[in-house]
Order: sequence, then C-alpha cells, then structure tokens
Amino acid sequence: MDSVMWSRLLTAETLGFHIIWATIGVGVPVFISLAEGWGIYKKDPHYILMAKRWTRGFVITVAVGVVTGTCIGLMLSMLWPQFMKLVGNVISLPLFLETFAFFFEAIFLGIYLYTWDRFKNPVYHWLTSIPVILGSTLSAVFITTVNAFMNTPAGVKYNPVTGKISDIDPIAAMFNPSTPSQVAHVVSSAYLTCGFLLGGIAAYHLLKNRNHDYYKKALRLTMSVGFILAILTLVAGDISGKFLAKHQPAKLAAAEWHFETQTKAPLIFGGVLDEETLEVKYGIRIPYALSILAHNTPHGKVIGLNDIPKDQWPPLYIHYLFDMMVAIGFYLIIVSGLFVWNWIRKRGNEWNKWILRAIVLGAPLSFVAIETGWIYAEVGRQPWIITGMMRVKDAATTAQHVDTMFVLFTTLYIALTLISIAVLIRLFRNKTPENELHHMQFPVREG
Amino acid sequence: MSLELIGITVLWTFLFGYLIIASIDFGAGFFSYYSMLTQKEHIINQIIDRYLSPVWEVTNVFLVFFFVGLVGFFPDTAYYYGTALLIPGGVALLLLSIRGSFYAFANYGARKSRIYMFLYGLTGLFIPASLSTVLTISEGGFIEKTNQGIHFHADRLFTSPYSWSVVFLALVSVLYISASFLTYYADKAQDTKARELLRTYALWWSGPTILASLLVFWGISRHNPAHFHSMLNISWMFVASFLCFLVAVFLMWKKRAFGVAFIFVMFQFAFAFYGYGYAHLPYLLYPYVTIQSALTNSTMGWALVIAFIAGLLLLIPSLYLLMRLFLFNAKYVRGQSK
Repeated sequence: MDSVMWSRLLTAETLGFHIIWATIGVGVPVFISLAEGWGIYKKDPHYILMAKRWTRGFVITVAVGVVTGTCIGLMLSMLWPQFMKLVGNVISLPLFLETFAFFFEAIFLGIYLYTWDRFKNPVYHWLTSIPVILGSTLSAVFITTVNAFMNTPAGVKYNPVTGKISDIDPIAAMFNPSTPSQVAHVVSSAYLTCGFLLGGIAAYHLLKNRNHDYYKKALRLTMSVGFILAILTLVAGDISGKFLAKHQPAKLAAAEWHFETQTKAPLIFGGVLDEETLEVKYGIRIPYALSILAHNTPHGKVIGLNDIPKDQWPPLYIHYLFDMMVAIGFYLIIVSGLFVWNWIRKRGNEWNKWILRAIVLGAPLSFVAIETGWIYAEVGRQPWIITGMMRVKDAATTAQHVDTMFVLFTTLYIALTLISIAVLIRLFRNKTPENELHHMQFPVREG
Repeated sequence: MSLELIGITVLWTFLFGYLIIASIDFGAGFFSYYSMLTQKEHIINQIIDRYLSPVWEVTNVFLVFFFVGLVGFFPDTAYYYGTALLIPGGVALLLLSIRGSFYAFANYGARKSRIYMFLYGLTGLFIPASLSTVLTISEGGFIEKTNQGIHFHADRLFTSPYSWSVVFLALVSVLYISASFLTYYADKAQDTKARELLRTYALWWSGPTILASLLVFWGISRHNPAHFHSMLNISWMFVASFLCFLVAVFLMWKKRAFGVAFIFVMFQFAFAFYGYGYAHLPYLLYPYVTIQSALTNSTMGWALVIAFIAGLLLLIPSLYLLMRLFLFNAKYVRGQSK
C-alpha cells in the first residue's frame, strides 16, 4: 500500500478512536450539570452523588480524549501537508477558536473537580459546570465547521489552473452551507449518546437486582432527557438529509442506492447490491419516502448517481452504514419513549426487565451509530478531501514510514482502551453508591 | 507592527508559556517518580499533586495553541515541517499521549500504580528532548527540498553535536525550572522539608543549565553562523539572562524570597528565548520559510489576531480564577481545602 492509503487508515483510526472519547467529553458534562443542579434545587443528595460519580469517571475519559485530540490535531499537518498548505489559512480560524474553547473547558474542569466543598453556597460550584459545558460543546461546534467546510467549501475563490485559493472570507468559510445541519446533528447525537451511556449503566445495576432509588433516579433523569434529545437528533438528521439532496447529491444518492434521477423516489432500506448491474435485491422499498426525506414532498426530484461522473462516486457500501445509523436512531427513540411512557402514565411496570435490557443495549448501540454515521459522512465525500477542490490522493504526505506510524498508534489505542476500561472498573467496583450514600450525612427524600 | 510580526510574537509568547508551564509539569513528573524510588515520596508528592491536579490539562492546551496558531498564521510551515517531521513528530505525540492519559490513570484512578508513575515520569524527560529537535531543525541543514518533495535527513540530526546540545539544554532546564517553582510552592505551603529537598534539586540543576546554554551557543556558531552573528548583535539580552540567573540562584542559596527567585528564573529564560527567537527572524525554517513568505492571507491573519484578543479576554480572568483558587490560596496549598 502507498502513503495515501496508510494516511487514510491512520487518520480514520485516530478519528474513529477519538470520537468515542470526544462524544463522552461533549455529552457527559451536560448530564453532570443537570444532576447537580436538580440535586441542589430538590435538596436531594442522590443527585449530588450522581454528579460526583459521573465526574469521577468523566475525568478518566477526558484525559484520553485530550491526548487523542492532540494527536489528530498534529496528524492533520503530518499526514496531509498538501491539504494544510492549500486551506490551512482558511480553517485556521475555527481551529484556533476550538483551542480557545478547549482551553476554557480545561480551566473550569480543573476548578469544578477541586471545589466541591470550597463554596458555602453550592450553587457557585454548580455554576462552574456551565463553562465546562460551553467549552466542550463549542469546541465540537468549531471543529465541526472545519469538517463542514471540507464538505461544502465556501468563502474562498479556488483557481483550478494554479491550484491556489484567494479572496478568503473567514466568516463565510466557517458558516458554510453544511455548518448548521452538521453542527446540530453532531451536538444532539453526542448528548443523546451520553444519555444512553449513563442510563445504560443505571439500567444494568437495576437488572442486577440492586433496587436503590439512586439508580431509579439516574434512569429517569437520563431517559427523559434522552427521549427529548432523540427527537432532536431525528429532526437534525432530517434537516441533514434535505441539505444533502440540495448540496451533496452524490453522498445521499450513494447512501440510498439511488441511480435514476426521478420524482416520487422510493427509499430503500437494507438489501444487497449487484455492483455489475446496479440492481438491488431483498431491500425494503418505501414508496415516496426518499422524495419526502429530500424535499418534504412526494413529488420532489432526487438526483441519482447516473447523473454524476463515475470517478466521483463515493463507495456504495456506505448504504449499510447509513441504514444502521438511522435504524439505531429510531431504536433509541422507541426505547426511551417506552420508558418515559410507562413512567408518566404509570401503566405497566416502569422497571420492566425487557425495557431495562433494551436500554442497556442502547448504550453500545448509540456509539455504533456515532461511528457509522461519521464513517458515512466522511466516506460519502470520497474521492474528495475538499469537495470539488482537492482529491484525497493529492493531499497526502509524500513521506515514507506512515505504515510504521500506523502500527505504533494502533498499539497505543489498544493499550489506552484496555487500561482505561480497567481503571474505570476498578474505580467503581468497590465504591458503590449505596456505600457512599451510607456515609453521607444528609436526610434523604424517598421517591 | 506588521501582521507577520504580531503573529510570530503571539506564537512565540505561547511557546514561552508552554516552556515554563510544561517544564514545571515534566520536571514534577520526574521528581515524583524519583522520590518514589528513593523513598522520599512522602516528603514532596503531596506538594506536587496538589499543584498538578487542577492544571495538568491546561498545560497541554498551550502546546496545541502554538501549533494551531503556527499553521494558521504560516501555513507553509505545515507543509515543510509536516512532511519532514512524520517520525519525530509521531514519537513526540506518542509520548504526549502516554503521559497525558497516564497522569489521569495514576491520579484519578483507584490507586497509585508504580508502572503508571514510571511512564509518567520517564516520558516527561523524553518529550522536551523530542520537541526541542523542532527548534534544531529550524536552523536549517536537516530538511532538503528536491524535485521529489521534502526530505528529512534524520541521520544528520542524530550525528549533529548542535542537536545534542539543544536536547541536553532542554533536559536540564526542565528540571531546573520545575525545581525552582516547586521550591516556591512548597515554601508557600510552609512545608519546610519539601522545600529543602526541592531547593537542593534546583541548585543542583542550575549549573548544568548554564553549561548547556554555553554549549548551545558554541553549537549554533558552528551550525548556523548567520544566526549566531545576529545573536551577537543583541548580546545584551543574553547578558541580561545570565544576570537574572545569578540573582535567582543567589536568592535560593540564601533561602530568601523564593517567589522573586522564580520570577527571575522566568526572566532568565524569557531573555534567552526571545533573544534567540528575535535573532532567528525572518526565518521560520532556514533557508526555505520566512515569516513574510509563509503568511499568505492577511484577512485571515487579522481575523486570527482579533480572535486571539477576544480569547485572551476570556482566558485571562479564568486563568486568574484558577490561580486564585489553587496557586495563591494559602489554605488550599497547605492542604486544608475546606
């Protein structure tokens, strides 16, 4: 394999690994802050303990997120120097701002961690969680605008003859057409995933017959917020679909195996593609659905792949990734919806074992959806690194030994995964919330 | 002041910030591990932990800030250094990753592990060594531009006496800066035992630091005479640096005003660092990249400067708050956090 392929693999591996921790980094502070705020408001130590325990685990994951984020930041220049030479100047503003946001988060995370007992009024401590959320979410926002620029470059003039860009408008480049839909989808799905991660942990303990109120409260909090987030993620996804139909038809068409440009376009779910004849077998066809997804009307005209030069087709396997992401999204809506329904209507058993099991399963699934959705979004842009401007093969480093780097970093990521899991398990195994509550000196409200 | 000069000044300042704050961190990791080996951990580890825990993440950001800013202001540097530094940069990244995550594993995990501490301490010495090679490379002679692209001569780097003198300087100054800061911190905590131990470390490492600086001077005069000559033109800065060194060592020797001593340590490095950087101009990579050639778009340059100022307005109060809570809070430093 050549440097281009190794560079692609190493970048994909690093980002794929990073987004697991980055997602936790963006979403978990929201739930920590919600728990602490609610606990202070209700004077309920269960929620305060929840915030404390979540924070304890969070720090470990943040560390891995920080170091892998530094890796991908530097790799951008080391593996894709030609890309940076071309647009380094354009994407530097959001990269710079992202670092600021991260800085802000880093400072207040340090403060948040070490001031639990420093203030007389606990509200002050809770207030320091707000900059943590702001910092982590804003860094996700800024970095997503960079990715959005690669999907739909704007704010620059590109001269295909000289291969140079001019007339840079920093703000227009940052707020390019992809930015709103991508940012909405990234942020809402990261929050949602963390809701299921934390909810899954609580559900797991309830399934193990540990029926302490602590777990029940944690599950109610994460699932009720999670349900709202699941709906928001669906809306953001729908907006993204319409956006793709308009601005990146190749990506949508490849994801849907949609070849003939037509109105009343059906949506295909699953199935197997014959790459020679381009015929789909065994797929579920939903009439009009693709037109509705793309344009909100069954008569919407959806551009098919046949209208796009074949050397600009993305790989067609992204169909499966897209379907998986969407299916998991609906699964999360249904599971959290069922739980909330049982709770509010007081019908059936709120702690139904099957729903609890479904919530536990939802935790890893939501991470699978993050990964598949991300791979779909990135591979769907192939063969371009910047749509219409630069192809991936022209952007990679000419240096040798990328394969050595790949082996080194693969080893590092495997080690970090194993060790951090071991550390997290050890951190919580002998320190159950039941024990910790026993040592807290507060009156406990039952409920 | 022209845009490229503002840009490089801002970036150089961030690199200086990283130099100081990371040195404290790297050195502390090493002292932590060393004291564990010599069974003195009970004396200084508390002091080190209390300082490092709330700030370790901030340290990392200074570095990220520097390279993101460098690529932003001067995208050409990404092309040259990016292509050339795949292996050394990759190794530095690997070390940074191990160090960052193992800090958290060791300090927020369930128990202290000797292996974690070992990795944390050792990587703290290798990282400054590997990062300092970038400064060496910037002097020219290690990267060559041919028709096939950019070539990095790793063999020349490994056999260059100049390169080794820079590595040596990086190592000893890390230990010296770190020990002099921690001495001050221990003094604030009224922890006399820790203070005395750290003070001997600081004095012990002050000699090699000056020796290494002289070696670097000698190395640069042979490797890049042009740069050496422009350094001689502003030789007063290096004299000032040496005077600050004398004051700092004197104060520590006399056990007086450790805070002031540390400020003089910072001045010592500031004079030398800015003097070195100023004399290096206009080159970012000798002789291929100058600050004028690398800056390609002024709209973006100004946008970055504005973003930078806005960011500082946000950061300075937050950093101040962080220091108020953890550095200059006598109760916290002494470990009476309630």
